[in-house]
Amino acid sequence: MESLILLIGATLRIATPILFGALGETVIERAGILNLGIEGTLLLSSFIGFVTAQAADSLWIGLAAAILTGIILNLLMGFLVVTLGLNQHVCGLGITLFATGFALFAFRLIYGGVSTPPALDESFQPLNAFTGTAFAPLFSQHWLTYVSLLFVPLLSWLLFRTSFGLRLRSVGEAPDAADTAGINVYRMRYTALIIGGALMGLGGAFLSLAQLGAFTHGIINGRGWVAIAIVIFGNWKPWRVLAGALLFSGVQALQLRLQAEGVPLPYELLLALPYLLTIVAIAIVGRNASYPAALLKPYRREG
Amino acid sequence: MPVIELRGITKRFGSLVANDHVDFDVETGEIHALLGENGAGKSTLMKILYGLYQPDGGEILINGSPVHLKSPADAIANGIGFVSQHFSLVPTFTVSENVLLGHEGGFLIDKAAMKQRVTAMADSLGMNLDPDAVVGKLAVGQQQRVEILKALYRKCRVLIMDEPTAVLTPQDTEKLFETLRHLQAQGMSVIIITHKLNEVLAVSQRVTVLRLGKVVGRTATADTTQTGLAEMMVGRKTVTVVRNSEHKVGDLAKLDVRDLHMTDKRGGLLLRGLSLSARGGEIVGIAGVAGNGQSELVSVLTGMAVPQSGSVLVNVQPMPFGQPKALAKLKIARIPEDRLRGIIGDLSVADNLMLEQSDQFTSFGHLKNRQIRENAEKLIRDFQIKASPNDPARTLSGGNIQKIILARSLAQDPEVIIASQPTRGLDVGATEYVHQKLIEQKQRGAAVLLISEDLDEILVLSDRILVIYEGRIAGEFAAENADIQAIGALMTGANLSPEAGLAGA
Ligand SMILES: Nc1ncnc2c1ncn2[C@@H]1O[C@H](COP(=O)(O)OP(=O)(O)OP(=O)(O)O)[C@@H](O)[C@H]1O
Ligand SMILES: [Mg+2]
Repeated sequence: MESLILLIGATLRIATPILFGALGETVIERAGILNLGIEGTLLLSSFIGFVTAQAADSLWIGLAAAILTGIILNLLMGFLVVTLGLNQHVCGLGITLFATGFALFAFRLIYGGVSTPPALDESFQPLNAFTGTAFAPLFSQHWLTYVSLLFVPLLSWLLFRTSFGLRLRSVGEAPDAADTAGINVYRMRYTALIIGGALMGLGGAFLSLAQLGAFTHGIINGRGWVAIAIVIFGNWKPWRVLAGALLFSGVQALQLRLQAEGVPLPYELLLALPYLLTIVAIAIVGRNASYPAALLKPYRREG
Repeated sequence: MPVIELRGITKRFGSLVANDHVDFDVETGEIHALLGENGAGKSTLMKILYGLYQPDGGEILINGSPVHLKSPADAIANGIGFVSQHFSLVPTFTVSENVLLGHEGGFLIDKAAMKQRVTAMADSLGMNLDPDAVVGKLAVGQQQRVEILKALYRKCRVLIMDEPTAVLTPQDTEKLFETLRHLQAQGMSVIIITHKLNEVLAVSQRVTVLRLGKVVGRTATADTTQTGLAEMMVGRKTVTVVRNSEHKVGDLAKLDVRDLHMTDKRGGLLLRGLSLSARGGEIVGIAGVAGNGQSELVSVLTGMAVPQSGSVLVNVQPMPFGQPKALAKLKIARIPEDRLRGIIGDLSVADNLMLEQSDQFTSFGHLKNRQIRENAEKLIRDFQIKASPNDPARTLSGGNIQKIILARSLAQDPEVIIASQPTRGLDVGATEYVHQKLIEQKQRGAAVLLISEDLDEILVLSDRILVIYEGRIAGEFAAENADIQAIGALMTGANLSPEAGLAGA
C-alpha cells in the first residue's frame, strides 16, 4: 500500500513536464501545426528560466522568462510555417536544433566547463498536505503539478465547449471552410501556438525551477518526443492525453523503483521499458488515430 | 437600385485573364443565372464577390455604395452568402457546429440551444436535417442544405450558389429550387451558376452570360430559349449529337455482370442480384433514381467495393474484386462521378494525365519526364483542355478537370468503359464533346456502361436502356422503342411484379 502511494506520487511528478508539453502540443496540432520544435523549446525555456531566476534572484521572474521563451520559439515556428508556409517537419526540427544549440552555447558562455551542474539556492518546494497520514507522499507535489492537472479539464472545456475551441479545431480540420466562415486562419493558428508555447514553457520551467532546482544538458532527455507520441496516443483529447502521460510516467516510476530495489534485470532494459511501452501503445491505439485533417498543411488562399 | 453591382471587374492569373471588365448586377428579390462555358470565369467572379479573390481592377457596390471585400468575413458582414462548387464544410463537425461556426453567438457553446436554432431554421425551409449528424457522413444533397443554412444563419441577403445542381438528383434539384423560390419570396436575391439550360429557364428571372472572361449577353429569361442561350454561350450554333446506329455490335459480352449481391454494414440490401451485360460496340444506359444501387454497382466495377456474392467477367476473364490496379490490365476505364476524387490537386496536369499508366512512364521507378510532357501536350491538344502541363490540377476549372479524367481514361483504348455521370458539371459544348467521345469509343468496339441520372442523356446515347430499381435491373428497353412513360414508371417501382425484376437479365 505504502509503496503504491509512493509510486503514484512519483508518477505524478514524472508526468508533469510531459503533460505540459503534450497539452501544449495538443492545442497546436488541433490548429493544424505539428511542432517538432517541442524538444528544443522545452530545453531552452528550462534553461532561460533557470538563468533568469538566478540572475534576478526570483523564481517567479524565472518562471515568466521560461513561459516567454516558450511563446517566442512558437511564434518563430508560426512565422516559418504559418506566415511563410514552410514545411512543418523541417522547421520544427530546425527549431529544436537551434534551441538546443543555443542553450548549450549560452550555458558554456555563462558557466564554462563546470563539472557539477549549477543549482539554484532556492527552488520551488513541494507543498505538503496530509502530513502524518499514509497519503502524505501522494500529496507532496509541486504546485506546478496541480496546475498541469488543472489544465486538463480547462483545455478540454476550451476545445470542446467554447466557440474559441470550435474555431481552433475548424482551422486544423478544414482551414478553407473556416476561412469561408469568416475565421482568420492565420490569427487562430498563432493563438494556438501562443497557448501551446506557454504550456511548453511551464513544462521546461518545472524541471529546472521546481523538480531539480538545477540545470543540466540532458534535462529534457527526449521528453518532447514522448509528448508528441502521447498526443497521438491521446487522440488529440486532453483527458486521453493525461491518461497517456500517466501511463508513460507510471511505467517510468515503476522502472526506477525496480532499479532501486536491484531487480536482476539488465538496467538498459528497464530504461527502455517506458519507451517500448509507448511504441506498443501507439501501435495499438494509433491505428484509429483521427489526425486533424489539415495537420502539416500550410494554408494559402488562392488568387 | 440593384443590391449588388460589379463594375469593370478584372482578374488575372498570370497571363490568363479570367475576368475581363465584367459588369454584373443583381436586383433585390431576383434569381439571377450566371451562365458560361467551363473556364469562362464564373466561379472566379463569384469568389471575388465573396472576398476570396482580390480583383485586379473594377469596383463592387452593395446597395449603391462601394465596398472593399478583403475576406469572406467582409462579404458575410455585407450580407453575402456563398455555397461554392466544392463545399467548404468541416467534415468531422456536426451539422449544427458547421452552421454556427464563426457565428456561435457567445463564448460558451450551448449545444441544446444551438441544435434548436438549426432545427427551427431547417424546418422553416422544409429541410429534413439531423442537427447532430456528422457532416462528412451525409449525402451531398444534404451537405448542400447545410451550406445553405450556414449562409442564411449569417443573415445573408444575397445567396451565391456555384453549380448547386451538378451534384443533385433531379428530385433534389426540384427541392432546391423550391427552397430558392421560398427565399426569393422573402426578398432575398440568389445568383445561381448552372450548365443546365432548362434549369436556367425554370428558376431564374434574368441571365448573364460569360465567355472567355467577358460578358457576352444579358437578358430577361422570359425573352430567351435554350437554343438562344446555348448560342450566346459558345458563340456559334450548336449541334446535337445524333446516335450513330450504323455500327457493328459484337456477339461477345465484353462486360458480363452476374447476380451481384451486396449489403451495407447494417445489413441493408444495396444490390439484390443485379445482372447485366454489355457487348462491344454498344452503349448500355442505366436509368434510375439515385440511391437504387448505381453507386454501389460503379464501386464494384471500379474495384472500390467487394460484393458479398456474384461475379463480373470482362472479356470472359473474371475480374478480381476490390483491386483497382487490376482494372488497367483488363482494360477497364472509368469516368468517376466525383471529379475531385479522380485527380490529385497538388500534382501537375501532366502528372495527373499519366497517373493510371504510371508503369509506361517510368523505368525502374524513375520518371521519364520528357515522355510525360509529350503525353500531356498531346492529350491537352486532343481533348482541348484549357491548361498547360505544369499547372497544378487544382487551379483548373471544374470542366477542365473532368476533361483530364476523360483524356486519361480514353487514351488507353479501353475495352470496357464505366461512365458514371460523365457530364456532371460540364457546359453544353463540353457535354457534346464527351458524348462524341463516348460514341467514338463504342464505334471503336468498346463496351460502354453509362450510368446517369439525366434521363435525356441516357436516351440520347444508349443503344439499350436498363432501369435500375432497388439494387437490381427492373426492365430493359431497346433504344428504338424506348418509352419514357414506361421507363419512368419502372424507375419509381410502379407496377413492378417480382417476375418483372428478371426482365432485364
Ligand atoms: N487559383 C487559380 N490559379 C490559376 N488559374 C485559375 C485559378 N482559378 C481559376 N483559374 C483559371 O481561370 C479560368 C476561369 O476559371 P473559373 O473556375 O472561374 O471557371 P468557371 O467558369 O467557373 O468554369 P466551370 O464551369 O468549369 O466551373 C480557368 O481557365 C481557370 O483555369
Ligand atoms: Mg466553376
